[in-house]
Amino acid sequence: MIPYKFDYHRAKSVADAERLFATANDAKFLAGGQTLIPAMKQRLASPAQLIDISMIGELSFIELRGETIVVGAGTRHEAVANSDVVRRHIPALAELAERIGDPAVRHLGTLGGSLANNDPAADYPAAALALAVSIRTNRRVIEAEEFFAGMFLTALEAGELILDVTFPVAELAGYAKFPNPASRYALAGVFVAKTVRGVRVAVTGAAPAVFRQPAMEAALGRSFRSDALDGIAVQSTDLNSDLHASAEYRAHLVTVMAKRAVAAALAKH
Amino acid sequence: MPVVKMTVNGKPVSAEAEDRTLLVYFLREQLQLTGTHIGCDTSQCGACVVHVNGRAVKSCTMFAPQADGAEVLTIEGVAKDGKLHPVQEAFRENHGLQCGFCTPGMIMTTIDMIRRKPQLDRATIRAELEGNICRCTGYHNIVSAIEDAARRVAGGAP
Repeated sequence: MIPYKFDYHRAKSVADAERLFATANDAKFLAGGQTLIPAMKQRLASPAQLIDISMIGELSFIELRGETIVVGAGTRHEAVANSDVVRRHIPALAELAERIGDPAVRHLGTLGGSLANNDPAADYPAAALALAVSIRTNRRVIEAEEFFAGMFLTALEAGELILDVTFPVAELAGYAKFPNPASRYALAGVFVAKTVRGVRVAVTGAAPAVFRQPAMEAALGRSFRSDALDGIAVQSTDLNSDLHASAEYRAHLVTVMAKRAVAAALAKH
Repeated sequence: MPVVKMTVNGKPVSAEAEDRTLLVYFLREQLQLTGTHIGCDTSQCGACVVHVNGRAVKSCTMFAPQADGAEVLTIEGVAKDGKLHPVQEAFRENHGLQCGFCTPGMIMTTIDMIRRKPQLDRATIRAELEGNICRCTGYHNIVSAIEDAARRVAGGAP
């Protein structure tokens, strides 16, 4: 499959990427390309210009800063999965990164690319929403709650580039997903986190975009145990239905994955 | 048309290619290195895995200009001086292939897997292979071949 024609430009720095974008027409940033390139091959995306930001060194780093971990937007999934800092302080995040796609995808795919793309079944949006991250761009800071706007939609404006993401260290955190066996995208994935701000439960893969589960958050806020979720039925009304899974099946999976995520969080404690 | 330059299997190469040329087509059509296969063309099957700057990637999901200036290793570059790579040898001896279509990608994935994880058990091998599909379903012997390959590499096989 061959995408429509485009012009390729390689940015050497954030300033260079901004300059290239300002002079381009109908441009898109290319990070790891592991979702954008397949979308372009299917001609679901057809930018006239691609600005490759994957080789900007300043966007790739992982740093512990106080009670947070700051991860550069260009950091590959493999680097997050193998980071000692992430493994020690938010092991659920390292485990999530370790299960994105497959090893070859993890060698290229990036945190910033995953968030900016906001694929309905991507893994990182669940962690971002449950951990209430702050997303710093070249223009402002966007809180996770305001960032994810709908299917493949975010609060990012044209030419706005994610620089890094601040993850609060969680007291407890766990992620569980039921992957499609071919694409490895989540049919349902649930990230649960207990932080100073309380318990948050974020679901990916099941609906057009990542969303929170207030009933589960309230139940886990009272008692952070898998069985606290017994009897909480997930409504299938707004969930995705396709050849891989019906909305009802996804609704069922959300509860199962949420319980597994809680169990995983407690096992690490 | 833009010219893309890279080092493939240790040799500097350059060829004209439209920006939209996928790396796998650049290798197969411009360079005539047809050992890298196209199975699904949707990032799922892993028949097109090559190494770019030492890491396994799916060459159907990278544009050739992204690899401009990079070191690329394909299945044609792993045997040395007429001798199979120990991973190739292990696949041959364990009958780790049936029709052979997925094999170049399996071998390139295995070399990368052993680089990252020298100690491999069967469960780890199966998890690591999630991006490589054998449509003959010949996984049992592939897993045995990879176990054997890891032992050969650990034992200092050339």
